[in-house]
Amino acid sequence: MQTTPPRCPMMNWLPVAPDFRSDLRAALDNATPSDCLEGLASLASYRLGLLETVQLDGAFGRLGLKEAAGFLPSRLALLASSTIHHLLPAIRVAGLRRKLLIDVHAGAYGQYRQELLDPTSSLHQFSPEAMLFSLTAREAISPVPVTATIAEADEAIERFIRELQSFWRKAREIGNAAIIQQTFLDVTEPLFGSYDRLVSGAPAQLVARLNDRLCEAAAQDDVLLLDVARASERDGIDAWFDAGHWFQGKLEIAPQAAPLYGDMVARILAAQRGLSKKCLVLDLDNTLWGGVVGDDGLEGIVLGEGSAAGEAHLALQYYAKQLKERGVLLAVCSKNAAETAEAVFRDHPEMLLRRSDIAAFLANWDDKSENLKAIAARLNIGIDSLVFVDDNPAERARVRQSLPMVAVPELPEDSAQYVRCLADAGYFEATTFTPEDRNRSRQYAENAEREALLGSAESMDEFLCGLKMSVVFGPFAVTDHARIVQLINKTNQFNTTTRRYTSEEITHIANLSDALTLQFRLSDRIGDNGLVSTMILRPIPDQQDLLEIENWVMSCRVFGRQLEFEAMNIAVEAARLRSARAVIADYVPTAKNSVISALYRSLGFAKIDNAPGADGTTRWFLKLADYVSRETHIVRAGGTR
Amino acid sequence: MTVEETLAAFTRILRDLLLDDSIVLTMETRREDIPNWDSFNYINFIVAVELEFGVKFKIADVESFPNVSAIVTEMAKI
Repeated sequence: MQTTPPRCPMMNWLPVAPDFRSDLRAALDNATPSDCLEGLASLASYRLGLLETVQLDGAFGRLGLKEAAGFLPSRLALLASSTIHHLLPAIRVAGLRRKLLIDVHAGAYGQYRQELLDPTSSLHQFSPEAMLFSLTAREAISPVPVTATIAEADEAIERFIRELQSFWRKAREIGNAAIIQQTFLDVTEPLFGSYDRLVSGAPAQLVARLNDRLCEAAAQDDVLLLDVARASERDGIDAWFDAGHWFQGKLEIAPQAAPLYGDMVARILAAQRGLSKKCLVLDLDNTLWGGVVGDDGLEGIVLGEGSAAGEAHLALQYYAKQLKERGVLLAVCSKNAAETAEAVFRDHPEMLLRRSDIAAFLANWDDKSENLKAIAARLNIGIDSLVFVDDNPAERARVRQSLPMVAVPELPEDSAQYVRCLADAGYFEATTFTPEDRNRSRQYAENAEREALLGSAESMDEFLCGLKMSVVFGPFAVTDHARIVQLINKTNQFNTTTRRYTSEEITHIANLSDALTLQFRLSDRIGDNGLVSTMILRPIPDQQDLLEIENWVMSCRVFGRQLEFEAMNIAVEAARLRSARAVIADYVPTAKNSVISALYRSLGFAKIDNAPGADGTTRWFLKLADYVSRETHIVRAGGTR
Repeated sequence: MTVEETLAAFTRILRDLLLDDSIVLTMETRREDIPNWDSFNYINFIVAVELEFGVKFKIADVESFPNVSAIVTEMAKI
């Protein structure tokens, strides 16, 4: 018995639940299971320890819900070489935090090879959408002696990686599941001390080499990583691994790390479905700089070199700027006079963020919730895509209360810890990094230019004509694969069916001879909007002359530019070339896609006259012989068929 | 912390963990007396106690607690 408690990874960005036990009871006292689920999901947004996580998951399990309105179902299989059953509650709870209903399948300990290979195994029957390999470094490095030469060590690691790649291939064959591989925790002890890193056969060096090779193989095979190795470096290995639990039950991930582990898994599943946050909204006074500019004046605020606190605020600006460079939008939401706030961006010599970095700038005396709604509207993204960073606990509480879908990190009091808190929260988890991400802020700046042009134009028609738009289109290209997957899974507004596809499914469909895939890039005289729309058409089984639009998405950046008309012109021509007689399409309404509720009617489709489905789905029909091409201001450039 | 207080805290933790408010731990309770107190929930229980009380049990002790009394006695040594 010792009086040093176990080290525990901290989830400091989440607020502490005021009274978990009574809140849990209250959640379960709701009248319907779906109301109970809503209650549990809001409770999941608090900082929960191991015990609370298990409790919440138990309550969730008792509801027995496999699907619910407002929640996306997800099927995850875990393949592990250590005990992982203690991690499952945390994965499900972290799913609830993101409105995902995660059904987790966990194979028997150490049985993953058999499960993969046996087509009758419960794994195959489960048909997962994602498969997570949670393996220990032990099996890779234990056969390698300390005396191994570099060549011998590399060969052993190479052999292990090749086997891993064969597992991934096998796993892919099961329903086009996305593959996630956990990085290898380094639970080794120093053998030579600091000199370990210079000895190829030293255990720590083998694990390091193993992780290096894993990353290369994963990049090559389009496999996602769950980087617990990195997390354990941030929290300290003692927070993630406890030798006692390994000896006792072959647990490689310590129970107290389960809540963070679950959150990291759910981040990836959510990111794949386009649920990662898109915009960082920043408060100004005592957040981006120290002090209150309205009181202290431009010269009085604390920012930049020369003051430790000033450097801390600058560090947050630097991090925000880096986020912007990877495609996250920046916005400002501050209680200030607009002119006073803008003057800091323009005139303060230490400011790193410039006014042009900010896609939406709202400084006024209105309620911050109203301003957040305005920011989302102006950027044409969902309110649930916002992260709101504010040092003021009262403002945070008010926003959480009125806009629970906005992520509001519980910023620590110490400004030196702001960046760490924001980064640890993992709001902007990515599963890809595309050219569109790199260019996003430029594209938003260009859109501002377009809006100015629209303001000065006499009519919409004159504006569109003046834009000199051109479209490049063709079937899904391998080179655009990552962007196609990203666009389909991130688009919520112009999305006819909100069907989500894994990277593997898109590859599969693109290779089907009877599927018709189309991708569209739109550029104009102001700039290139990039790849902004995709369409997937498949023949109806047994009726090859009927093509169904299984999914059609378009980026909100190009709404109102007639691209939907030109895209349909192109789709109809391609369908005719395949001797199709008609095109059928579903519109599946969601909370976010009402903007296209009249889309198919406007394109000349007729509603098939039967009642909408339970989910409000309407089915539409277009006889190709009757289709009249729409005149648009978009010219075709470099189209391929 | 008195034995009664420790017992009450253990009972609360185990009730939360197993979602079973009928559980009452006594000094004589053994793991097999409580439905669903399997090895998985045993580890969760031990870690929950450790986190709440800021202590860490020795592996040899965790492995061999014959009944609740043994854990309470171990706790009382602090």
